Amino acid sequence: MNARVIALLAALVALPLSAQERGFAGLGSDVAGFALPDRPRGLTFPADHGPHDDFRIEWWYLTANLRGADGRDYGVQWTLFRSALAPDGLFQGWAAPQVWMAHAAATSENGHHFAERFGRGGIGQAGVTAQPFAAWIDDWQMVATGPDGSPDRLRITARGADFGYDLAATAGGPLVANGENGFSIKGPQGQASHYYSQPFYDIAGVLTLSGAQVQVSGQAWLDREWSSQPLDRSQQGWDWMALHLDDGRKLMAAQVRGAQPFRFGSLIAADGSVQPLTHDDVELTPARGSPPTSWRVRVPSGSIDVTIGAVNPDSAMATSVPYWEGPVRIEGSSGGRGYLEMTGYPAR
Amino acid sequence: MNARLQRWRLVLGALMSHWRRRPLQLAMLLAGLMLATTLWSGVQAVNAEARASYAIAADRLGTGALPRIEPAGGARLTTADFVALRRAGWMVSPLVEGRLRAGAARVSVLGIDPVTRIGLAPGGPAGPGTEGDLGAFITPPGLGYAAPDTAATLAGADLGGLRIVIDEDAPANTLIVDVGIAQALLGMGDRLTALAASAGQPDGVPPLERVVPGLIRTDPQGGAADPAALTDSFHLNLTAFALLSFIVGLFITQSAVGLAFEQRRGVLRTLRALGATRGEALGLMAAELAVAALVAGAAGIVLGWAMAAALMPGVAATLSGLYGADVAGSLQFRPGWVLSGIGMALAGTALAGARGLAQTARMPLLAAGMAAPWAQATRRGLRLQAAGAVALVLALPLCLAWGGLVGGFAALACGLLAAALLLPVVLDAVLRLASRGARGVLTGWFVADTRQQLGGLSLALMALMLALAANIGVGTMVGSFRGTFTGWLDQRLSAELYVTARSEDEGRRIREWLGPRSDAILPIWNAEATLEGQPGRIYGVADDPTYRENWPLLAGAPGLWDSLAAGRAVLVNEQLSRRASLRIGDRIDLPGGAMPIAGVYSDYGNPSPQVMMGLDEFSRRFPDAPRLYQAVRVAPDRAGSLAAELADAFDLPAGAIVDQAQARRVSLQIFDRTFAVTAALNVLTLAVAGVALLTGLLTLASIRLPQLAPVWAAGIPRARLARLDLLRTLLLAAATGAYAVPVGLGLAWMLLAVVNVEAFGWRLPMQVSVPLLARLALAALLTALAAGALPALRLARITPGRLLRVFADER
Amino acid sequence: MNAVPDLRDVVASARGLEKTYRTPGGDVPVLRGVDLTIRRGESVAITGESGSGKSTLLHLVGGLDAADAGALNVLGVDLGTATDRERAALRRGGIGMIFQQFNLIPSLDVRANLAFQARLADRHDPGHAAALAEGLGLGALLDRYPEQLSGGQQQRVAIGRALAGNPPLVLADEPTGNLDEATGDAVADLMLALVRRQGSALVLVTHSPRLAALCDRQVHLRAGRLA
Repeated sequence: MNARVIALLAALVALPLSAQERGFAGLGSDVAGFALPDRPRGLTFPADHGPHDDFRIEWWYLTANLRGADGRDYGVQWTLFRSALAPDGLFQGWAAPQVWMAHAAATSENGHHFAERFGRGGIGQAGVTAQPFAAWIDDWQMVATGPDGSPDRLRITARGADFGYDLAATAGGPLVANGENGFSIKGPQGQASHYYSQPFYDIAGVLTLSGAQVQVSGQAWLDREWSSQPLDRSQQGWDWMALHLDDGRKLMAAQVRGAQPFRFGSLIAADGSVQPLTHDDVELTPARGSPPTSWRVRVPSGSIDVTIGAVNPDSAMATSVPYWEGPVRIEGSSGGRGYLEMTGYPAR
Repeated sequence: MNARLQRWRLVLGALMSHWRRRPLQLAMLLAGLMLATTLWSGVQAVNAEARASYAIAADRLGTGALPRIEPAGGARLTTADFVALRRAGWMVSPLVEGRLRAGAARVSVLGIDPVTRIGLAPGGPAGPGTEGDLGAFITPPGLGYAAPDTAATLAGADLGGLRIVIDEDAPANTLIVDVGIAQALLGMGDRLTALAASAGQPDGVPPLERVVPGLIRTDPQGGAADPAALTDSFHLNLTAFALLSFIVGLFITQSAVGLAFEQRRGVLRTLRALGATRGEALGLMAAELAVAALVAGAAGIVLGWAMAAALMPGVAATLSGLYGADVAGSLQFRPGWVLSGIGMALAGTALAGARGLAQTARMPLLAAGMAAPWAQATRRGLRLQAAGAVALVLALPLCLAWGGLVGGFAALACGLLAAALLLPVVLDAVLRLASRGARGVLTGWFVADTRQQLGGLSLALMALMLALAANIGVGTMVGSFRGTFTGWLDQRLSAELYVTARSEDEGRRIREWLGPRSDAILPIWNAEATLEGQPGRIYGVADDPTYRENWPLLAGAPGLWDSLAAGRAVLVNEQLSRRASLRIGDRIDLPGGAMPIAGVYSDYGNPSPQVMMGLDEFSRRFPDAPRLYQAVRVAPDRAGSLAAELADAFDLPAGAIVDQAQARRVSLQIFDRTFAVTAALNVLTLAVAGVALLTGLLTLASIRLPQLAPVWAAGIPRARLARLDLLRTLLLAAATGAYAVPVGLGLAWMLLAVVNVEAFGWRLPMQVSVPLLARLALAALLTALAAGALPALRLARITPGRLLRVFADER
Repeated sequence: MNAVPDLRDVVASARGLEKTYRTPGGDVPVLRGVDLTIRRGESVAITGESGSGKSTLLHLVGGLDAADAGALNVLGVDLGTATDRERAALRRGGIGMIFQQFNLIPSLDVRANLAFQARLADRHDPGHAAALAEGLGLGALLDRYPEQLSGGQQQRVAIGRALAGNPPLVLADEPTGNLDEATGDAVADLMLALVRRQGSALVLVTHSPRLAALCDRQVHLRAGRLA
């Protein structure tokens, strides 16, 4: 019973993470009734900070690279997934067909802590409001703290059995629309999502690991994405990275692995202007291991040639859907740090 | 390489062709191993299934092993409270429970939230299993999971379009739906019945009453009574039995293997002389045994599976009755179990074959061709056995001193083994005495011949003795237990009806309703408490003649009921008194202050400690304890109709009202089923011992022709020889049976006075049953008759030529 | 031994062999320095009284037992240093043994018993086996089991088994000791004829002067020494 429900929720909530199990073709009938990403739609704020219940899958995904008062590197992840079981928005309360899943993690050079939560929409246990911005599940939350109620100033908290954090983030730059005005293509058949980011957070607060508290500060990156379309059947998983370069630029680069890898990304200048990257603009070369915790990343048009390596190669998220997510250090044409996510690798 | 393989094939062929000429011996070898593996793996399958069930059962119905959070009397618990607790960090999942009238049917409705449920603990109530199901489960009209019977009851009922899905695992008469659907079906609005809580909550969550006031947290029934811990004694019991049977089975194997090695000495020597190396000979014989072990082990596993499947329902009933553990009545296939069965078969064969292999390894190429007297009791062997027995007897008090259940079983093992080892020594001594008194040539020969055969039969006789002793011991223990238990039930179940309310409010209304309709209402309220370091319960009972006249006291101070009613003293159950060495007059620490003990009562219903105190004192000390349970006195002939009226008036679920007769019947049923399993094992053990005896006799028959031939030649007809042989077998069995009686009674005493005290905390008086002994004596003789018939028949029909050949053979 | 033998011609040579049995009643020296050379194709009878060590000597040559002292080389194998495995290989491939007790494998039929050692040595030759069976007069008995045969028949099977692999050396320990005189003579004649036809060397331990006389050479054991 338990295993059944976990598998079920996993399949539901972490749609893109189990792409191999749910092909695009197979979804043709399922998707009926859900809204589809729309190229000319564009982005509207503050409404788009909130949930899009007519889309099947959506997430609020924050990763932070931190430096402790002890001089060590840390990473923090706060993620909330929404999954709609049905497109009908008429049902309220317990009957609302929205299911939420959240992952929180804190990573140090020699430790990786994570926790997972599940909740129902409609009753207030988990949800997101756009204005003032608030995202929460149980006692985990990411809420606006500024007078304007926007995500420019956030408080982020979560805790698990042996870790917890309480962080404050302030945006030092504008929101960034990925792809074509926020319409981001994910595969050769044109599967797409709406996708924007806030990569300019300065973040600081307290991290508690196995009972020990440490003051931390650093940079954070928020990703917002929603869609109804999963990946192609042949696509096995993806590699995604969000990098803060020391020269002030930000780089998001990702590839969906499959018969034909499909790469995309955004190169963001320090002022927030974006250069969308397509398949041929990016080179991603894994170094070793499965999943490979070190990569060479080249963006020739941006004169970027760097190597990224995990702060802690053992950053596997042994959650109901297993994947790898952890902070990385950057060396090469520019120094820096960032976050790496890898899904769909065989379990070790 | 090829040449070597060919050589191995040849040597193995020559060795194994032995079995072709002695198929019966092969059958014995395989049968012994198979029986041993069957009993062992059968019991292991039962144990594994039960243990696996505990893990699942731990959270069944959301009321199993998970703590519950419920509103205090009169308070409401709502969805918003649930959300508030979750948002404060509490790991809880909502429950909606109620009764639903659907047409003529009444079912229990259980509303769950599968999404938060899985975060609490493994296992849980049945629910949606696919993505589409989850959507359909939570959105109206919803999905309902129900067992086939329940689904049939609900067919045609108006449930607002709810689709019923059959789920074999669903609890009886229960409809499982989503929380929201349950609220709608039961018309509960946003109310919840309770919350299931994770056993451990995250660090730093605020206290319950700060988040939602007026909630009571209760740990699962029986406090920390983890079924796995409680039932350990039961499983240890079964395992001990299985091991005993395994050993008896090994006796068969050992004698078959020993004989096979013996009879193939010549062939082995020839093979070596013709150029097979010692390593090859040893390796191939070991390989041959391993193949036999695999074949017999596989067969044993299949049979063990069948045996376990047959026993499982009884075991399940036992465990649920005796310990409240919820165990599936069916078996699941577990690869680890197969491996352990094969492993036991291989280990057993290695044990049984070790001696033969060691002898083969040491065997000089040119040793005289005489057969080693393996089948003859040597004086040295008997002395060694006696020494071993003495050593075991000396170890016995050490085991007892070591203490605990394992110590108790170890002591049992020492005692039984010592008794088994001594058996041939005693029989030899008896025969020596008999030979002095023997008159007549034939009698003299008979006694001498019997003595000579003792060595070859001693293993089989030991097996028979162990089987008989186990039967006597366990039979006596069960008989004593049943006698005591029946008497105790009569005393303990003295009220006519026992009623459990679902809420304090309902309890109060039930008591009001019952007031004019019954002779007396005896509230029995209880609270959990740690008693002398163990989780237990404290009961508050009314002062009533029901108790004064019937309560099963083992010991009591004068005027104890008055001091109980006045709140000056308490009663403790036997388990508590034994474990904590508490006697009358001692003081026991209790919540709210220590109290003196005025009496000790027997309590065979559960293994946990209990304390009884007066109701007033109880209410003073535990004002918050739920007041749900009461006994009702009423004229016995009115009990049935009153129960029906009460159930109807309050729409009480089945199980909320228990009448005396029903409780008594169920308790005895549970009791009998419990020991049906041991009885089945007893019979099997005896059967295995019979096979062991048969093997031993057949073995002897094949090697003792040289001893019989001269007697035959001297003028005793074959038929008479055969009768004498059968008589000998019966006499040996009778002697073994007589020997087994004191051993078995000793075993029973150990079980009653040591093992039961360790396992349950109670000690029962031993009641020796003569019919039981007579029945087992008969069983011993019948076993011997069955085992001795075939060899005797063979001897009666042996051709004179074969007897003559004895004289023709030079050796 | 003054003449230096041609080593290629020697199937077995013993120098100063000593063997003592340790019994509870004290040590019993059986061989006290035996020298013996067996050449290719020759038949040698070892005679002597009971307990003179005849069988012991034969067992040493067969690698069934180990000498206390002295050098013993059989078919190029130094039995003083050979391992159990090497001795087994020597017995398998180089030596045919015939025992007083026949020592057939009771669970195998005559055909399987005849071919057993040759197969063991991976030298089975069906044509040769059939010829041997015919020569030994066993043609009609091939499907029988040893217990269905008379003593003479059993010993003929044992001889066939020893010769089936064409071993350079045949050792026979009182091969007629368990047979009546007439049968024994017939079996002995047959054995000698077959051994000679195959060109194997034969070492024969016997009480029977008649049998010994049939051999190329006789040696007599007395008080643990060859005379």
